[in-house]
Amino acid sequence: MSLDLHTAAPPGEGGDPHRRARDARRRRASLSRLDLKFSPYLYVLPFFVIFAVFSAYPIGYTVWIALTDRSPMNATISFVGLDNFVELLTEDPQFWNAVGNTFGMFVLSTVPQLMLALLLANALNRKLRAQTFFRMAIAMPIITSTAVVALIFSMIYAKEFGLANWLLDLVGIDPIDWRANRLASWFAISTMVDWRWIGYNALIYLAAMQSISKDMYEAASLDGASRRRQFWSITIPQLRPTIIFTLIVSTIGGLQLFTEPLMFTSGAGGISGGSEGQFQTITMYLLDVMNTRFRWGYAGAVALVLFLLIALMSLVNYLFARRISSDK
Amino acid sequence: MSVPIRRRRLAAIALASVAVIATASACGDDSSDKSSGDGPVTLVVDVFGDQGFGYDELYRQYESEHPNVKIQERGKGLGLADYNTRLTQQITAGSGAGDVVALEEGTIVQFYPQSAKFVNLADHGANDLKGNFLSWKWEQGTTPDGKVLGLGTDVGSMALCYRTDLFKAAGLPTDREQVAALWPTWDEFIATGQRFATADKKHKFVDSATNFYNVVLMQIAGAGSGHTYYDKSNKLVIGENADIKTAYDLTTKMIAAGLSNNLQSFSNEWNAGFKNGTFATIACPAWMTGVIKGQAGESAAGKWDVAKAPGNGGNWGGAFLAVPKSSKHPKEAAELAKFLTSAKGQTEAFKKVGNLPSSPQALSDPAVVGSTNAYFTNAPVGKIFAAGASELKPVYLGPKNNAVRTAVENTLRAVEQGKSAEEQWQAALKNGAAAGK
Repeated sequence: MSLDLHTAAPPGEGGDPHRRARDARRRRASLSRLDLKFSPYLYVLPFFVIFAVFSAYPIGYTVWIALTDRSPMNATISFVGLDNFVELLTEDPQFWNAVGNTFGMFVLSTVPQLMLALLLANALNRKLRAQTFFRMAIAMPIITSTAVVALIFSMIYAKEFGLANWLLDLVGIDPIDWRANRLASWFAISTMVDWRWIGYNALIYLAAMQSISKDMYEAASLDGASRRRQFWSITIPQLRPTIIFTLIVSTIGGLQLFTEPLMFTSGAGGISGGSEGQFQTITMYLLDVMNTRFRWGYAGAVALVLFLLIALMSLVNYLFARRISSDK
Repeated sequence: MSVPIRRRRLAAIALASVAVIATASACGDDSSDKSSGDGPVTLVVDVFGDQGFGYDELYRQYESEHPNVKIQERGKGLGLADYNTRLTQQITAGSGAGDVVALEEGTIVQFYPQSAKFVNLADHGANDLKGNFLSWKWEQGTTPDGKVLGLGTDVGSMALCYRTDLFKAAGLPTDREQVAALWPTWDEFIATGQRFATADKKHKFVDSATNFYNVVLMQIAGAGSGHTYYDKSNKLVIGENADIKTAYDLTTKMIAAGLSNNLQSFSNEWNAGFKNGTFATIACPAWMTGVIKGQAGESAAGKWDVAKAPGNGGNWGGAFLAVPKSSKHPKEAAELAKFLTSAKGQTEAFKKVGNLPSSPQALSDPAVVGSTNAYFTNAPVGKIFAAGASELKPVYLGPKNNAVRTAVENTLRAVEQGKSAEEQWQAALKNGAAAGK
């Protein structure tokens, strides 16, 4: 390796052995100074190389492509400025439909998801038989593949021969065409999301609950506070930072919802998210524009607007979080 | 000094690992290049569809005749939309596509502007083969500036497949001649459906609105304007082309009569519909016979039959084989494409999966014309489909045909779900225009 070069005496240099030794020492010192200066960068280089190739470059390219009319069907690429963005924001009802669907499903899935996770964690935090089994069991859905979950659920919500409609029939309710009705489809997709993520959030809450000091509960029960009172007055306030964390993670996941609604229908035209786009999310619309309409430049604009939306929601979350923590 | 030395060693390790990563990624590129020259050549063939193209035996035959060629097929079971998305990316990127790729009738137009990324098959003697293809099929495979982009494999042609057991139970004739006589026109087809519906409340007459619509549109457009959503100058004419409205209205009339099983085509529910036998008829291009056999399975053998479709002939679907420039062995790939699309190759594929040949020689081959399909109650499928193909008038499909078609199909699904036909027609115009932009 080139790094060993300094140990060999440079050829053609004779004379005073002391000087030679001094020179060598000096050279070694300067090399190790170089080493100290640059090798830390070398160590972090692999990450940044990968980051540059798989993140920075695609992001930069997306910005560029969003300003053009790039498409595999155009022989030449022309620069169109902000036209894509203007069209997207002012004359594309399908995009706004997708935005509405995404936020609708986000609210419909996240609110019950976090609440149920909290209740589940609270139940598991007590002394139970087979405690480890139950704690493992709620984590199981996370390790199943999203595609499989979506497949099974789309069978449950099948219009004919579906489990959900069969259950409704038992209690005398007419079968529902889960894919035709906007709210029904949102509900069905939300159950898929929740089935998968409740356990994950419950585990996080459980971990946080176990770090709450037992003294507080003891003191509270001495004062005669009921279990419920303890939950609302001790557990919830102590969990605030954790709740904020799960909220932010759910926001990011919710705005990028893709596999569940895509797999909810099978066959031709699945990316349209229902006959009238009842459950087409922003990411699905993005792929629709890119892969069926081949408007790559326009798809770039959709991606950037989605990015801005997520940034905006994160800001809202942040402000919300600051308010809660200053409530104390 | 011990610390810097250890550091140096670490740096060396880091450098070495970077070097390894770099060589590994460099290697990844030319591993497929090894077989160039005189050594064995591996050709990758990309196809689509649940049944594939039925080439397995042809591959084996070709391999035994060309000992230096190995053939690998990819894509069987992949839907057209997914296949086409992937292919578009591979062609644009200039790598990853097979040596021989299948292009579908509805998507080949999309590749005309990218013809520079494909081998011009005329350079490999394709022009001598012109007489081996129906003239309109040859034209579809040729770009406007005269390059031979793809060689035709099959054509869809047109017929109607029906369940004899359900027809019998509903008091309708089951003999294919008498069945065909029930529906000289699509209006009479709907009337027959109404007779069926009054006798049989459990089953539906038609699988889905979209299959019905596609077949009707291709037939009406073939007899009328000769194009669908785009005119021949690639202008979107969805609102102006009266053929579209006619086909749309016929379809909504069929839905209003309560004949549709409302199954989204190629979905799991649609597949289950074949298995459970929930509908009595399906519009049947030749390739659909393979789909039915594959989905309905052996238990339904002998329950299906094929009759002439209402109206006069028509075509839906069919494909081409092309060779992308990214192929390392364009010469060998072109030879393979020529072999697979030869009259003999097409006849073989017809026997396997029922894809109707696009070669006039194969169409008049007794092995095709005289063929019967045991699965379809020994129906003379060769005669029925070949007759449909000879009456065929080509329909021009525009560059974003599939995107517009999907938008229109979605509005028909909405009508099936109970939305107003008039409103959905307006939505079809609007969404179709947005999709074709």
